Amino acid sequence: MGERAIVEWTSPGDGLDGVVPPAPLAAARASWTRDAVERLGVLAVQADYNERIDSLRRGTNEFGVDPFGVSPEFVRVVGLVAGWLFRSYFRVRATGVENIPEGRVMIISNHSGQIPFDGAMIASAMLLEGEPPRLLRTMVERWSPTIPYVSIMFSRTGQVVGHPENAVRLLEAEHSLLVFPEGAPGSNKMFSKAYQLQEFGLGFMRLALQTGTPIVPVSVVGAEEQYPAIYNARKLARLIGAPAFPVTPFMVLPLVGLLPLPTKYRISFGEPMVFDGDPDDDDEVIGEKVWLVRSTIQNMINRGLREREHVFW
Amino acid sequence: MTERGKKQAGEDEGAFVVTGACGWLGKLLVRRLHRQGRVIGIDRRPFPDRPKDVEHVPHDLRRKKVHDLFRRERIRAVVHLGVMHDPRKKAETHHVWNIEGFAKLLEYCSAYDVPKLVLMSSASLYGGRPENPQYLTEEAPLMAASRFGQVTDQVQVDMLAQSFFWRHPGCETVVLRPCSIVGRVGNAPSKYLKARKVPVIMGFDPMVQVIHENDVIDAVEAALRPGVRGVFNLAGPTAAPLSSLLGWLGRETYGVPFFLARPLARQAFKLKLTDFPAEEVDYLQFQCLVDDARARGVLGWTPRTTMARILEELK
Repeated sequence: MGERAIVEWTSPGDGLDGVVPPAPLAAARASWTRDAVERLGVLAVQADYNERIDSLRRGTNEFGVDPFGVSPEFVRVVGLVAGWLFRSYFRVRATGVENIPEGRVMIISNHSGQIPFDGAMIASAMLLEGEPPRLLRTMVERWSPTIPYVSIMFSRTGQVVGHPENAVRLLEAEHSLLVFPEGAPGSNKMFSKAYQLQEFGLGFMRLALQTGTPIVPVSVVGAEEQYPAIYNARKLARLIGAPAFPVTPFMVLPLVGLLPLPTKYRISFGEPMVFDGDPDDDDEVIGEKVWLVRSTIQNMINRGLREREHVFW
Repeated sequence: MTERGKKQAGEDEGAFVVTGACGWLGKLLVRRLHRQGRVIGIDRRPFPDRPKDVEHVPHDLRRKKVHDLFRRERIRAVVHLGVMHDPRKKAETHHVWNIEGFAKLLEYCSAYDVPKLVLMSSASLYGGRPENPQYLTEEAPLMAASRFGQVTDQVQVDMLAQSFFWRHPGCETVVLRPCSIVGRVGNAPSKYLKARKVPVIMGFDPMVQVIHENDVIDAVEAALRPGVRGVFNLAGPTAAPLSSLLGWLGRETYGVPFFLARPLARQAFKLKLTDFPAEEVDYLQFQCLVDDARARGVLGWTPRTTMARILEELK
């Protein structure tokens, strides 16, 4: 062990070796599209949008990517959409972002809303309001690299294939890692079960113990109502190979009915929780620690629900 | 040790045997090693511009002449570069040549107490697969054959070396698994990157690693140091999206939908329009990156050629 070491480039920055990049590459760095994206970022997201993206360049190589394939320039573009959703569509109110410690950290959150806008909004909160801005990493299904274009988007924005080695490597590189311990059952539950946490997997706790990573519990309130699912068309889901196919009453409206409802998101970052113990302990021992995290998040959700006066504002 | 000291010691320690000495890498290695001691190159192919003091044994590894060589000479190390991977040759020819030949070589190494064996394997044997972790360590299983049957023999050669490592602790066995070797060498990755117009898979842009041929030779030299043994990945100076490399090189690309890529590549190969077997498409679609921390630590090796230099040379 201890040999798993590509967590940062060994010679960051000096790889150019005095060779001037050829014209097309230099042009791409100062083209009009880049200019437009920068302006849109300031207009649609926030004034210091570009400075925040620029700060992600630390740790990238001469090709503008970090060892996990993240490209800040790509994030700058995708961040426009996420940032607009964050500011204008879901009008996210994020609290406790200052609780996120420096260095490695695991963000553990409830999962809801059928389509994972919750993950995108947590990531946006950390990028747009975090001090310093953090690029939240997530892990995605192992078949996602087989989907054209999506594979590129995932890789360039920090979403790596769900593999235990990747998780360890990301944390050893002092990144932040988002985990939804409920998994798909959390996201795909029916509206009647809204805000009831599903069973938590134990893997995240073993990973936290193994790598000595603090856990920040997060509650997302507002995502449950974006797609109030009343029925899961299982056969249809199986047909298209999806884990679930939720049906909402609004789907009677053509196209518009497919959009998420513009609910107001309330994201709360809790105090970091630090655990120690043997990562290979029995399930019961690990389960107790997981229970602590789960009940903390459930309490945060309950508080959030009590405090909110309206679903949409 | 000074240069002269090395040379004197070299005469006592015996000869370096390099198989596949007439390939491009073989020639580079032989030129590097003949300054440090006697070098015997084994390769059926002709070796026209070999240095004067390099002996050439123009025989197949399975021939008696090669056995005689091991019986007669004091050998300090065997470097096996002679793994055949010509996609135009029949699978059976590949198997017989690669596996039987290497098995013979291992037999000689154990029978005549050769103290060092270095095998040039390849990181591509891990396979370009969607399930791959971002960086593969030496412990990762060699899965290329699951998608690409023709490489079974190369996987088996790697495995043979690993089992030899355990069965014959007296022989320091080193397996090197470099990522795509580029430079003046005429292998598939170099040809791909040197082509003016190259195919890419639409919607896929995997990160790739390339390593300069000289750095691979450096690694072989480091592996030849007494005391070094084990399996080592060799990654290049950095990794980059395939599109960035092609952009830097100013290549014209044409996108092929992923579902057409393999059938098209297969047809093109059959019609001899290209020399790329259809299965190479895996490496244009999925990642196969390696972590070479062990090589950097244990071998004390780092690639010296920067990415910019590598690309300048490929232009």
